[in-house]
Amino acid sequence: MQKESAVARPSAHLDADTLRQMYWIMLLSRRTDERAWVLHRQGKIAFHISAMGHEACQVGMAFAIQRGVDYVNPYYRDLALVMALGVTPAQFMVSLFGKVGEYSSGGRQMPSHFGYRPANIISGSAPVATQVPQAAGLAFAIKYRQQMGLVDANDATQPRLALTCLGEGSTSQGEWHEGMNWAGVHKLPFICMVQNNEYAISVPIEAQMAVSNVADRAAAYGVTGVVVDGNDVLAVYDVAKAAVERAYTGGGATLIEAKTYRLTPHSSDDDDRTYRSREEVETWKKKDPILRFQNYLLENSIMTQAELDDADARAKSIVDAAQAEAESTPYPAPEFALGAVYAEEN
Amino acid sequence: MADKNTPMREALRMALMEEMERDERVFVMGQEVGAWDGTHKVTRGFLEKFGARRVRDTPISEMAIGGAAVGAAMAGLRPVAEIMTINFAFLAFDALINHAAKVHYMFNGQFKCPMVMRVASGWGNQATATHSHTPEMIFAHFPGMYVAAPSNARDAKGMLKAAIRDDNPVLFSESIALYPKPAVVPDDPDFLLPIGKSDLKREGQHVTLVAWARGVEWALQAADTLAKEGVQCEVIDLRWLRPLDTALVFESFKKTNRCVVIEEALPHFGVGAEIAAQIQDNLFDYMDAPIKRVNAMDVPLPYAAELEMLALPNAQKVVDAVREVL
Ligand SMILES: Cc1ncc(C[n+]2csc(CCOP(=O)(O)OP(=O)(O)O)c2C)c(N)n1
Ligand SMILES: [Mg+2]
Repeated sequence: MQKESAVARPSAHLDADTLRQMYWIMLLSRRTDERAWVLHRQGKIAFHISAMGHEACQVGMAFAIQRGVDYVNPYYRDLALVMALGVTPAQFMVSLFGKVGEYSSGGRQMPSHFGYRPANIISGSAPVATQVPQAAGLAFAIKYRQQMGLVDANDATQPRLALTCLGEGSTSQGEWHEGMNWAGVHKLPFICMVQNNEYAISVPIEAQMAVSNVADRAAAYGVTGVVVDGNDVLAVYDVAKAAVERAYTGGGATLIEAKTYRLTPHSSDDDDRTYRSREEVETWKKKDPILRFQNYLLENSIMTQAELDDADARAKSIVDAAQAEAESTPYPAPEFALGAVYAEEN
Repeated sequence: MADKNTPMREALRMALMEEMERDERVFVMGQEVGAWDGTHKVTRGFLEKFGARRVRDTPISEMAIGGAAVGAAMAGLRPVAEIMTINFAFLAFDALINHAAKVHYMFNGQFKCPMVMRVASGWGNQATATHSHTPEMIFAHFPGMYVAAPSNARDAKGMLKAAIRDDNPVLFSESIALYPKPAVVPDDPDFLLPIGKSDLKREGQHVTLVAWARGVEWALQAADTLAKEGVQCEVIDLRWLRPLDTALVFESFKKTNRCVVIEEALPHFGVGAEIAAQIQDNLFDYMDAPIKRVNAMDVPLPYAAELEMLALPNAQKVVDAVREVL
């Protein structure tokens, strides 16, 4: 299996260290995420929204771009994606509490509206899909700078593409269509990854669109469209790598649809038992992307069971420390609410 | 059945249900109104009772919800569109402002636009700046729109029923914090409250407190506190921001000569500013003190719970404002 795909699949060239790193991010995201649910149940935090089940498509995508350099406009479910770009469990924990020094907004923004300048992560607003035309604008700026000779198109220390993500339900927004069209018309270095988990809160995909694949719409925008198994981290890496090459070499935009499933309710405000059967959820738990990648790593002798266990123990202790740090951090001073409204203020 | 203590979410549910039973042209549409019973559970059980034809779960497309409501209304239906929160109604703004509010005027009455857009509104649950607006006054800026903002369960029922039966487009704002709060609600299926009629909530001769929606609660609490010091507040609930009924406010002001407006929204260009302008314009000779406004702080709303509380109005801030004008 390894052999026959080695030519076509960029993932076949990933070294063992990178594969272990990918697994580590998926695991760390999962353990951080699980802890957030516990904190919510304990009444310590107001809100949590989860990436559980989506880790493979997020990490597979992240590892294909120039991490920390290329622009990323994530959506609220992208915890594993932003962790792959450098956000730590401790940073995320502080954001859950909205405490002093919160990395994203100083405690002004809701958690999971990730924004982190050092990694070129741009924060979204509450309405879904607003990030899509904005990512098209970032990609537009990249192309503009290159065309104007302000940067070298091959300079890997500069952003060379904009990546944005959203759920399949959010593609019903006008902003999604307008952003995709913009990226197509201007042939931008732009990637939109739709994480299709079959539901938008309770609304199933059939009530959202009359096509079977979101990616089928790519043709209408004149961009490349591709569907991928979003629970297979390496399959996602492969299509992502092709999209990145296309973006870096002037080939235009790509719409990637990663088919996946969320393993939790929509958010801490939701009870999914009213609209998803337990059997359905159980079926998908068997396809958990983390278990699947574990099997791959074991089968290909990239990690041993002992190493997997050790990674889990390490992740747990990092999450424990992150929680302790967040809990001992103070809340922002009242005056803090008043600052930074305009460019001249801090 | 008899009139009984009912939370606002139930009162709204009754109103909608009665109007759907009364008139087959009335239908509801919006995100999560069916299988999920509505974001705020106002349409609980509707899918089962009325079926999927009249209870439409829509795609996440506020612009299409707004635009389709305008179209369906012009075609003779009476759509009640639900938008999860008023923040997302910004995405339907063009449909409401450039179309719904103009249809009757621009067609010289050939078409009407009898639609209601129900929106949940308000601050105070750590939903932050882009999730916590109370921008009713923006919608009320435009002639051709009506804007409702009930303060209690009873009014909510009578106002929503009137809105659905009216031939004009109505933005119907429901304060999230008020959904669980009960009041005695009439079960009469023809209980209607007239559009654009304000309400005297409490009599007093020293100062006029003008409020609507959640602000009424703060005004009444402040009035209780101040009464213990011998200050009698008159409290007026506007109920509607358009049509804006100033009759009771003016009458009251002639007696008290002082006014505080309580507004959950941001201060600039708000309803408070409008009330103050109209009072000075019409009742200049009766003014004994500057008109004060109690608003949210003029910043985007922060996340951290304490910061959020700091930015929001409350009863104590109303008490402080009244002391300033006495
Ligand atoms: C404009 C707008 N309308 C409604 C909402 C409320 N809302 C938040 S998430 C969500 C569902 C999104 O589903 P999907 O795009 O499939 O993403 P998923 O959560 O399934 O990953 C909705 C309706 C919103 N945030 N913005
Ligand atoms: Mg979804």
